[in-house]
Amino acid sequence: MSIPITPTTPAELVEAVRSRPRVLAIGARTKPRLSQVPDDVCLISTGALHGIVEYEPEEFTFTALAGTSLREINQALTEKGQYLPFDPMLVEAGATLGGTVAAGLSGPGRFRFGGVRDFILGVRFVDGQGRLLRMGGKVVKNCAGFDLPKFFVGSLGRYGMLAEITFKVFPVPASRLTLRLTTSDAEAAAKVLTEAANSRWELDALDLLPDSKTVCLRLAGPAPALEALSCEVLARWPGQVLSVAEADAAWTELREFRWAHSGCVLVKVAITPAVVPALYAVARSLEDTRIHVSAGGNVAFVSLPSSVPAAALQERLRALSLPAVCLSGNAPLWCGTRTDSAISTAVKQALDPQNRFPGLDD
Amino acid sequence: MSDALHRLAALLPPDHLLTRPEHLAAYESDALTAFRTTPLAVAIPETTDEVVALVRFCHKEGLPFVARGSGTSLSGGSLPVADGIVIALNRLTRILRLDPAQRIAVVQPGVVNAQVSLAAAPHKLHFAPDPSSALICTIGGNVAFNSGGAHCLKYGMTANHVLGIKAVLGTGEVVEWGGPSREHIGPDWCGLFNGSEGLFGIALEITLQLLPRAECFYTVLAGYRTLEQAGDAVSAVIAGGLLPGAIEIMDALALEAAVAAVHADYPPGCEAVLIVELEGPREAVAVDRVRLDEIIRASGPVEMRPARDGEERLAIWKGRKSAFSAVGRISPDFIVQDGVVPRRRLGEALRHIGKFAAESGVRCANVFHAGDGNLHPLIVYDGRQEGALKRAEALAGRILKMCIEMGGSITGEHGVGVEKLDYLPVMFNAEEMDCMARLRAAFDPLTICNPGKKFRRAEERK
Ligand SMILES: Cc1cc2nc3c(=O)[nH]c(=O)nc-3n(C[C@H](O)[C@H](O)[C@H](O)COP(=O)(O)OP(=O)(O)OC[C@H]3O[C@@H](n4cnc5c(N)ncnc54)[C@H](O)[C@@H]3O)c2cc1C
Repeated sequence: MSIPITPTTPAELVEAVRSRPRVLAIGARTKPRLSQVPDDVCLISTGALHGIVEYEPEEFTFTALAGTSLREINQALTEKGQYLPFDPMLVEAGATLGGTVAAGLSGPGRFRFGGVRDFILGVRFVDGQGRLLRMGGKVVKNCAGFDLPKFFVGSLGRYGMLAEITFKVFPVPASRLTLRLTTSDAEAAAKVLTEAANSRWELDALDLLPDSKTVCLRLAGPAPALEALSCEVLARWPGQVLSVAEADAAWTELREFRWAHSGCVLVKVAITPAVVPALYAVARSLEDTRIHVSAGGNVAFVSLPSSVPAAALQERLRALSLPAVCLSGNAPLWCGTRTDSAISTAVKQALDPQNRFPGLDD
Repeated sequence: MSDALHRLAALLPPDHLLTRPEHLAAYESDALTAFRTTPLAVAIPETTDEVVALVRFCHKEGLPFVARGSGTSLSGGSLPVADGIVIALNRLTRILRLDPAQRIAVVQPGVVNAQVSLAAAPHKLHFAPDPSSALICTIGGNVAFNSGGAHCLKYGMTANHVLGIKAVLGTGEVVEWGGPSREHIGPDWCGLFNGSEGLFGIALEITLQLLPRAECFYTVLAGYRTLEQAGDAVSAVIAGGLLPGAIEIMDALALEAAVAAVHADYPPGCEAVLIVELEGPREAVAVDRVRLDEIIRASGPVEMRPARDGEERLAIWKGRKSAFSAVGRISPDFIVQDGVVPRRRLGEALRHIGKFAAESGVRCANVFHAGDGNLHPLIVYDGRQEGALKRAEALAGRILKMCIEMGGSITGEHGVGVEKLDYLPVMFNAEEMDCMARLRAAFDPLTICNPGKKFRRAEERK
């Protein structure tokens, strides 16, 4: 494979896109499967296309170039007491803003206010004709035009190349408190997920760990309130409050996929709390397969050891009618159910008439 | 009836195609009453299969159609087209599934917004988007316009609560996107469909996320001598690190109207009233309200009135939510504007609007979602007076241009419709407009879905 082109400005990005018949953007390649494409596709790295363009704490918005690392963004936001509520993943691994949007990856904190799609406000992107276009806006509320920014979330860079992205942010909660609850099995854990999600506590995060019975739950808000709420949670289920350091370590482990097998197949699956027990049964049926269930049972990350063929997982996910995308490792990109529609081809034609970007099937 | 309409009628139960002028009259306008058009006919399907059959018929015949929920669009979104039919979705009112464990509802497009929260209430759940028209507008209309309400700052708009959509597109294709999960795989098609203003097709089934109803609210109303002071108070609340569920402002004319219409009671001598609402678990609200009270007290209000109980809270909201219709009572006609400006420029924007209004001799009330920078100038006029509508529209145009110049948007939640047709190309350049036209053509190659909304029809452009 040839060396990626590395534009440093949106104008250079336009040039880069126009310079080759087939191109795909890559960020820090923390989700390598997404950019595993045929050899004739020239990669364009956003590595040098970084920096925060505008940050208006008072507006709850910032705009940054697509290659800006989440680390840099988190740091700038923290200085002003704000954060990205969708809780970006792979921050320490070096993930970029653009890659996060294209992959549609949100962390455990997305439970409270929503995922990437709920915080993206606007984009500047290069379409397949090599035009730099702006869609969406830079204010927290806007419904003029079509909401292409949302469409790009999860589109894997196949419909356009992101140059610059505007996000909405929130003030950091006054404090956070993490609890670890122990249940008997996946079935019992799934019940805890459902009940806790429906409670009055307004949880900040609600995850189930790979052991299939430990629920990790986070409260956020004014400190005195969290004391009272945590007592109520612990009166309902056995568990313990984690220290700040323990909590940081636990959430970082999840956000960075440190629990997963290294260098193996990692898959994101959209689920509902009801299928959680069935999913862990799948894990048990495939030797040493690990699953982290996040967002109160709405997403699962599945990690396969090298001994388990991806086809086995694919077959089981299809049996459960679950859609899934492979983030890394040697597995089909779409390794769950997938329905193809004529509109998908038509929209691809509209945004990328010469198929300059790979298709969703490449 | 033409031959085509006869064949169309055959797709529906008897008497479900209205063609007589006296029946069509009820559909010739929406809440933007300055515009009226009589459609060829109004189809009233009873099932989603009938909707699909109608759209496929329209596709085959090249017959334009306008989907219609309750016709409360403030931008002319559901205004009929003279060479097409209206597909009225008000009979599709079934809540197909309500799953309290997964906190979702699957509804037909004609379900009224407030009905969803009503059905979810026994489970202590609700549907967060709460436009002031919630008691009449439909979920289909909410999706088409990505409607908002007073609680968008914290919880977002309709699109943020739509998990799945089954729709029939302008091509006749039936698609199903997303589903009961709060996460999605692949491009976010639901996100793209929301806010498409009926240009992509008709939503047939919508999966909504429900949220636990906040346990506790703290609502405070504060009156200020000047609008500027109220605007500054908003900045102070935001700078204080609080995340209120709602931050709203009403100006003197809006207050006057609300007093007249629903006997709302406001501190006297105020040019503006600010409403801030905190919500959450009672323990959290108890702490945050102390902080909020401090901030508001320090912002120099004439008077501060915290709601002491649920009844007082509802009274505060009743005054706010009735503002549009209240202004309707003090004036025969009005246009509701929907521009957005960066929040810190609210004061400046309001000053400009006041100046523009004075210059054009048109009265203008302001009610707005201050937390989002989403203005709602209500431009009042008397349509019977020669040139009054023109003057009102000219004022609306000046306000929109100001919003664009300030880096904002021409619409926060009401859509472009027919009302802002001239301003979308000011906000977006020719290439961006072309990109949107191409997208639209992918969904609706024959331009039969709500033609002439959001974008001018080709024949009009010439
Ligand atoms: C007093 C009043 C207060 C209001 N307050 C607010 C507010 O606070 N916030 C806000 O955002 N809006 C508000 N609105 C505007 C309006 O209520 C919303 O835009 C609402 O979503 C429209 O719903 P509807 O059912 O009346 O749709 P309609 O007006 O019938 O249609 C609106 C658009 O949706 C399309 N459409 C309808 N159904 C479908 C479908 N199933 N599939 C595809 N397209 C469809 C139509 O073609 C049209 O373009 C208010 C309006 C009034 C009159």
